[in-house]
Amino acid sequence: MNARALLRLAIQNVVRNPTRSILTMLGVMIGVAAVIIMVAIGQGAQGAIEERIKNLGTNMIVITPGVATTAGVSGGAQSMPSLTIEDADLLRKDAQSLVAVSPVVMTRTTVVGGQANWRASIYGVDPSYAEIRDWQVASGRFIDELDIKGRKKVCVLGATVASRVFGEDDPVGQLVRLRDVPIEVIGVLKAKGQTAEGADQDDVVLAPYSTVQTRLAGRQFIGQILGSASSPDQLDLAQSEVKLILRERHGLSESQPDDFEVRDQRQLAETATSTTQVMTTLLSAIASVSLLVGGIGIMNIMLVSVTERTREIGIRRALGARRGDVLAQFLVEAMVLSGLGGLIGAGVGVGGAWGVGRLTGWATTVTPSTVVLAVLFSAGVGVVFGWTPARRAAGLDPIDALRHQ
Amino acid sequence: MVGSAAPVVEVKNLTREYLLGAERVLALRGVSLSVSAGEMVAIMGASGSGKSTLMNVLGCLDRPSAGEYLLGGVAVGPLDDDALADIRGERLGFVFQGFNLLPRTTAVENVALPMLYDRQGRFADPTARAIAALQRVGLGERLNHQPNELSGGQQQRVAIARAIVTEPRLLLADEPTGNLDSRTTVEIMALFQALNDDGVTLMIVTHEDEVAAFCKRAITLKDGQIVGDVPIQQRRAVVSTPGAAP
Repeated sequence: MNARALLRLAIQNVVRNPTRSILTMLGVMIGVAAVIIMVAIGQGAQGAIEERIKNLGTNMIVITPGVATTAGVSGGAQSMPSLTIEDADLLRKDAQSLVAVSPVVMTRTTVVGGQANWRASIYGVDPSYAEIRDWQVASGRFIDELDIKGRKKVCVLGATVASRVFGEDDPVGQLVRLRDVPIEVIGVLKAKGQTAEGADQDDVVLAPYSTVQTRLAGRQFIGQILGSASSPDQLDLAQSEVKLILRERHGLSESQPDDFEVRDQRQLAETATSTTQVMTTLLSAIASVSLLVGGIGIMNIMLVSVTERTREIGIRRALGARRGDVLAQFLVEAMVLSGLGGLIGAGVGVGGAWGVGRLTGWATTVTPSTVVLAVLFSAGVGVVFGWTPARRAAGLDPIDALRHQ
Repeated sequence: MVGSAAPVVEVKNLTREYLLGAERVLALRGVSLSVSAGEMVAIMGASGSGKSTLMNVLGCLDRPSAGEYLLGGVAVGPLDDDALADIRGERLGFVFQGFNLLPRTTAVENVALPMLYDRQGRFADPTARAIAALQRVGLGERLNHQPNELSGGQQQRVAIARAIVTEPRLLLADEPTGNLDSRTTVEIMALFQALNDDGVTLMIVTHEDEVAAFCKRAITLKDGQIVGDVPIQQRRAVVSTPGAAP
């Protein structure tokens, strides 16, 4: 018996008992639909989280000063003032794998505004800072090259500072005083929220680094140089390039350790992604249980069917069917039942995922691979759970089977 | 061809014993017989005489405990399960008392069934062959009827068409008229005779003398042994062609 004849036979048997077939398929149908919907929700959540991580700047490289050790006592992180504006300039010029570089000149002072005072971090940055951190302005504009060159007394407020100092008013065009220097607010940043550690990213004032260095008095240091790799796969290359350039510039010999540190955000991204992956796996595992139950349903019906059709098996054996022919017939029938159930379930699942997305507003993502995998898996369920009934059918003795009433 | 010279069936000293619990039951005790091509043999005997067991062994559905069975010159004894299945498909045709048609399946599909298991590609167009076989048994008008839409006699005709569609060497019929009334019995036996006239070798198990009267030779079994093997002197014949039967 060839594959086509087997398939035709199986489809004939499925079609001849429509009610029984639909009831049999129902379990697998629900299972596949559940798997697809659950995975869609999980992947949707994963996508949303990945989007938020990208918001942090996924391609971002953070260069921080190294640890100073004085007489055996470590000064702690960033205690060595080893980074300079010139380092940043050199990286911008020489590091091919970086598409943007910005120094971050850090200081802290009180922002004196129209209605209130607020103590905040002041970052002196390059115009590319916005691109690197993927940070847009909510109103006004960001710092540009002219501001840097002219050391203009302008700044962009973080959302927290803007609301603390100006309340409901629009700060753009108004003046704030930083260490008695009047500075014009040219823009307000979109709110970015807290970091994983709970630090408020919006509690910040951004100004041209040249302005911060020359116009603002007080203790200041280049706390970071931020760079942006052209793509996530370029991160490793970018890191080693940065190390090479900075070591050479700092005149470090082979034996000396780095006087700076280079890190990226992949760790954070991986943690978050793996969390949602665990969630997706968990959801699909729960959904798979229903697929398993569906498979057991198929086994149950197929076992009943073998008993019901014992005489048919006897007839087929008498007419020349080998044991293998009977085995294949029942196996293919189980596969057709579960595969068909899987296909219908896939349709229901795709529709259901869309419906869940519409109803809850969650992002649900159905990928073709999920659908294909779920349908293949359901056909596999047919093979696994069809095996026992098919073996039983094939093992029947033809004489007994023919005598069966 | 070797097979054409050799008898269709040659059985030597065949025994078949069963174990019923701890008890050994001898269903066949040394049966020897030979059937040539073109014969029409009735296997007679009371129930429990071993005629059904003989039929199962001859039909390659069962294996003898001892003895030799040559089917068309081929020793069946040493063959495995798959080879026996192939022999049933290629060389044998079965007609049963209870018709044994597949329910919810049309006459043509039922008749085409054995060709589904053909492994030699003998049948180019199974549907056309099935239709021809149904016409041969006089059911050309009932091709797409399902068994529950057919009378008992018509169902048995479908079963006979199914048995002859592969042109077997031997047609085995087990009480083929057991479920039929006397008029239909005559029709079916007439059909068997017509097939026999066309060269089909037949062995028919029956316990009715009227049925045996249509055959050319009667073998009688008792307690698993052949107690009679005689040609039938006054063979009954019905003057009608199978195609004209209703």
